[in-house]
Amino acid sequence: MKYIDEFRDGRLCESLAREIFRIAGKEEITLMEVCGTHTMAIARYGIRNLLPPNIRLLSGPGCPVCVTPNSDIDRAISYSKKENTIIATFGDMMKVPGSSSSLSKEKSLGRDVRVVYSTTDAVRLAIQNPTKRVIFLGVGFETTAPTVAASIRDAKERGLRNYYVLSAHKLIPPALKALLDDKEVKIDGFILPGHVSTITGTEVYEFIPKDYGVGCVVAGFEPLDILQTILMLIKQIRNRDPKVENQYTRSVKKEGNLKAKMLIEEVFQPCDAEWRGLGNIPKSGLGMREEYADFDAERKISVEVEETKEHPGCICGEVLRGRNIPLDCSLFGKGCTPENPVGPCMVSSEGTCAAYYRYRMQNGG
Amino acid sequence: MHSLIKTLFVEKFNNPPLSKLTDSAVLKIDDRLLAFTTDTYVVKPLFFPGGDIGKLAVSGTVNDLSVMGAEPICISCGLVIEEGLDYRILERIIDSMERTAESAKVKVVTGDTKVVEKGKGDGLFINTSGIGIIRKSISMDDIKPGDKIIINGPVGEHGIAVLLARGELGLESEVKSDCAPLNGLISEVLKVTDNIKFMRDPTRGGLGTVLNEIVEGKGFGIMLEEDRIPLSNPVKGACELLGLDPLYIANEGKVVIVATPEDVQKILEVMRHHPLGKDAEIIGEIVSEPKGKVGMKTKSKGTRIVDMLVGEQLPRIC
Repeated sequence: MKYIDEFRDGRLCESLAREIFRIAGKEEITLMEVCGTHTMAIARYGIRNLLPPNIRLLSGPGCPVCVTPNSDIDRAISYSKKENTIIATFGDMMKVPGSSSSLSKEKSLGRDVRVVYSTTDAVRLAIQNPTKRVIFLGVGFETTAPTVAASIRDAKERGLRNYYVLSAHKLIPPALKALLDDKEVKIDGFILPGHVSTITGTEVYEFIPKDYGVGCVVAGFEPLDILQTILMLIKQIRNRDPKVENQYTRSVKKEGNLKAKMLIEEVFQPCDAEWRGLGNIPKSGLGMREEYADFDAERKISVEVEETKEHPGCICGEVLRGRNIPLDCSLFGKGCTPENPVGPCMVSSEGTCAAYYRYRMQNGG
Repeated sequence: MHSLIKTLFVEKFNNPPLSKLTDSAVLKIDDRLLAFTTDTYVVKPLFFPGGDIGKLAVSGTVNDLSVMGAEPICISCGLVIEEGLDYRILERIIDSMERTAESAKVKVVTGDTKVVEKGKGDGLFINTSGIGIIRKSISMDDIKPGDKIIINGPVGEHGIAVLLARGELGLESEVKSDCAPLNGLISEVLKVTDNIKFMRDPTRGGLGTVLNEIVEGKGFGIMLEEDRIPLSNPVKGACELLGLDPLYIANEGKVVIVATPEDVQKILEVMRHHPLGKDAEIIGEIVSEPKGKVGMKTKSKGTRIVDMLVGEQLPRIC
């Protein structure tokens, strides 16, 4: 194993932790990650235990399922109630509560909702069920969007008339800008998402040090990656030298993945999008271009969607923007558990509340 | 599922052997202690690397008896067959059951067969029930800090083998299910020690779930050492790629044992001489804190809690 054991080496982790302790100083430093896999990795490897108490790791809006607003979930649920319709979705979306129901509940009521592992499966469903509409729920950031774009292009080439995508895709850089514009949360540095950056490259983040004077480092997912990233960020802060750096060089290039970017560009265009917790962020979502309009569920399939309701007491929105941690929520672990989730942050496998609950974090770190 | 069992079945059926919710019920019949268990197998696909539903059905029930300290004597075999199932498939499965029963030295002494309409049965479901004679009682009441936790080999093999065999993930590997009857291994262990405090086979929900069941609501906890937990490279690789935690993946040829520190070396030696225990390891111990919880020292020198699994693990999206 060239990339797992080596990047989890205990002695190297300890030595990085010692170096972090040496240069961390005393004043509080808040570093935010914006990737669900980072949220989970930090919790799973007990990274917070290895850091000095003045370093605070905050989770941001990094879980694509969690940032999908109730209105999109309600729309998917309404689609599922239509005749001759198959909803194809990633498993994580099944139990996410909408305003009054969830896809999992609808499935148990007899609606045709199917979990797929990739968009190839969704296209296959459309081919195998020519008399039914297959609507794929497009959730995910820049990492997932290329595969969804590829499926739409594939459907067009095959001449499929029954494959649709409800695009709830979102883009990370505009969200980072919204977070930096939020005066209530002080962020001293960003741990940037490793897989998103594999697609986008690192240039998209240049505005962060340039316009906000905040440093950022693209990080891998193993404990050594995260610890090295934290060390790099603290060095930037100590030297008052904010910049974009890349720790995850084995996967991320400056220009990103050109082929994947071209795929996104061909099928999608940026549009305004609603984020749970962050509200409407201009040009932060991906909508389908006119040439692919035939595959756009929102344009082509009319449906009545119930009025959006948020659950009182659920502070997922505040958690997603880093204003609160899960332990601040009155429902955490009581009314809201992974078995009976109230908000998406608890049900998603990459949700912040799920990470806190599963790995029983005792403090905000 | 857990709450369904507690609030409906245990509540309604209401009897002491059932309410203990052990792998087998322990019954005292005319001064004899017997173990009695049942299990139903619905695995898909019916055949997978390392085994099939038949081998699984015999091994699983034999193991549920063995971990109670019982010598398995005989099992039943109830089949629900979907109309149209190819006879040759059924024959292969029955052959496999017979071979597994023979290697476990048990007999299939009774059975039942039902056929359901096409589309109502997923090919084949098997129920096996088993009876064993308890040779050594195992009591969980004696577990205390300092006791050690042993497992007989690498985790996650069965779950990953079956998951990949479904062919939905476009992933291939050399992982084989570990499904096997463990009564031979366990009886060798019981010959060298009277100080086994606990035994269970970590099937659905994996090692993480079984360890949590040991400590839930108790005045002690468990501390695991991640780098002592045996894990094969192919299973590790598949889990990393799919974003699954091997601690929660099903095993069908593994036994978790809690024993006194004085006896662990003897137990390890005996296990490592047996084909099903050659990779046996001490993976952790019972501790006084954190109470009621399972903690783990990770490879990267951090610590984390290993919680009870809720719901199903799903492959990662991104």
